[in-house]
Amino acid sequence: MASVEMRNIVKKYGDGFPAVNDVSLDIADGEFMILVGPSGCGKSTLLRMVVGLEDITSGDMIIGGQRVNDKAPRDRNLSMVFQNYALYPHLTVYENIAFPLRLKKADGDEIRRRVTEAADVLELHEHLERKPANLSGGQRQRVAMGRAIVRAADAFLFDEPLSNLDAKLRGQMRTEIARLQRRLGITTIYVTHDQTEAMTLGDRVCVLRKGLIQQVASPRELYEQPVNLFVAGFIGSPPMNFLPAKAHGGKLETPFGTIVLDQRRADAVGERDLVLVGIRPEYFEDASLVDEATRDVGTVFRATVDVTEWLGDSQYAYLPFDAPPEVAAQLRDLSRELDSDQLRTQAVVSIDAASRLREGQEAQFWLDSRKVHVFDPASGDNLTRDAEAGAELTRMAGEDRAAQVEQARAGALG
Amino acid sequence: MSRRETIWWLVAAAGILLYTLFPVAWIVSLSFKSSADIANGQFLPTVFAAENYATIFTGDAAELFLPALRNSFGICLIATAISCVLAMFAAYAIARLDFPGKKLILSTALAVAIFPVISIVTPLFNLWRQVGLYDTWPGLILPYLSLTLPISIWTLSAFFREIPWEMEEAAQVDGATTWQAFTKVIVPLAAPGVFTTAIIAFFLAWNDFVYGISLTSTGASRPVPAALGLFSGASQFESPNGPIAAAAVIVTIPVVVLVLIFQRRIVAGLTNGAVKG
Repeated sequence: MASVEMRNIVKKYGDGFPAVNDVSLDIADGEFMILVGPSGCGKSTLLRMVVGLEDITSGDMIIGGQRVNDKAPRDRNLSMVFQNYALYPHLTVYENIAFPLRLKKADGDEIRRRVTEAADVLELHEHLERKPANLSGGQRQRVAMGRAIVRAADAFLFDEPLSNLDAKLRGQMRTEIARLQRRLGITTIYVTHDQTEAMTLGDRVCVLRKGLIQQVASPRELYEQPVNLFVAGFIGSPPMNFLPAKAHGGKLETPFGTIVLDQRRADAVGERDLVLVGIRPEYFEDASLVDEATRDVGTVFRATVDVTEWLGDSQYAYLPFDAPPEVAAQLRDLSRELDSDQLRTQAVVSIDAASRLREGQEAQFWLDSRKVHVFDPASGDNLTRDAEAGAELTRMAGEDRAAQVEQARAGALG
Repeated sequence: MSRRETIWWLVAAAGILLYTLFPVAWIVSLSFKSSADIANGQFLPTVFAAENYATIFTGDAAELFLPALRNSFGICLIATAISCVLAMFAAYAIARLDFPGKKLILSTALAVAIFPVISIVTPLFNLWRQVGLYDTWPGLILPYLSLTLPISIWTLSAFFREIPWEMEEAAQVDGATTWQAFTKVIVPLAAPGVFTTAIIAFFLAWNDFVYGISLTSTGASRPVPAALGLFSGASQFESPNGPIAAAAVIVTIPVVVLVLIFQRRIVAGLTNGAVKG
């Protein structure tokens, strides 16, 4: 078990393009760190540099206090689960799992004991004599994990391990990985482009964009106090809505009416001709279903419903709005960068599943103005971010985590 | 496939089979005709006679044929083995590494493969006599490598490219050296490719005539195709067609056996299940 530290890591390819640019990241012993970002953001490259499959152009990679830049993968004592599993097709499941031990020339009894243990954890017993070709996707995934946990590696690395599974299995394996990591308490770096995996698995999440770290924080902090437009748009599903607005005298003039800011945020924003207001879908509600007590903390506005989606436990309504052309273009660029392609400017609002709003109706909506964020459209910076509140969220997550690891290790000993 | 299409496929297949197998059938039939029967004007022999086989194994032609058979086997197997091992390393490097001159190696290999054998055989004849390789096994193995290596490098590098890179990366992360990753993971996966290559290389060497006839002079190294050309009839008025046909049948047998043994391995896609799918 070991910590992983990255100091100013840069990766440049032959054409001089920096795939990873000046990344510094500390991953504590036993921590579950997620690297997340849209495709091409350099997250996989970074992971491959940790494990040693990719050369580091400059910077220091320090694992367990030792600089490993020049060490071969086999000398770094890490284990990795590949996106397409990379099982050895000519070996049985047993031999696949035993492979790292055989390379270390462990004796036969030791190998049998360790493989059996791994098979216990992953419930692979009845498959040990089969070949990978005869296994289902989820079973192959478990074999790949078995191969990773069978030896006492300093850290686990996962490279989009669930992206080849269907949705249902992905959910199961996600919990499986979380359980395994908590139980073993081993430092883990997990690459994904799926923000659900990022939010549910990670102690901390590192959001990357074009090779640069945007924000490293607990999932809660990312969600509540995003540092810029990119992080705000990436984290959350459906994504945060961005409305163009004019900031004047502590008020925001948006297409959905005027939002009044509190003193702190009003000071932070000041007077601006154009800002983007970020509002998460769940800060909205069908005005007719809001009780009187909370009605005052928000703003009520009228809008026409374009489409509604009823999901049983929740309901989404799509509200189109007009935006100046340059804002529309910027929002489209942002959504494209986030691997989606939103063609029209519309807000997604979450309303109570009981609401009877239907397509084409004009209705009253309520929005909770306490939690809106205001972004500078030019730089993308979050003008209203409360760094202290964010740090507090991450600190609390860290405490919870430490307690969990403590418990897990005590349990393992007892 | 509709019924009509199926019928057309069957007809076409039958036509192709007839076209390719008829000469073989003819040789087999010829090998069973006695010397008086060869010009009988029919496809089948009047009487099935084993006299031609007796001639090549125990009779007059035996001292020409049996050493030649031994030479052919020895020389071709050694040439195949050497070319497979060399081609395996070369193809692995070509498939996996980026190095300057990679294109050059591949195109040179291709150029060597299409270079007419007949144009270098005379200089080689003179050179071999000078350096003492004339009429020896190495004297044939070396030129055979020039036939077998290019095709082996090409087929094997195609096979290596098919093996997912991740296999090897996984092995390295699991603690294997590059050599261990190669021998424990890549070679077993490439085995069908190596068999295919070996068979192709073996045939190329086995079929050679020009080097065989030009660079040898005695039974010390003369291979079968060259020996067949030197068969003579019982008298100068008798053609040696019967024994030649019998010898041709004999030398075809190992080829057929090889293909039958390995066809399953050649066809089997061993990489199934390595990655998702």
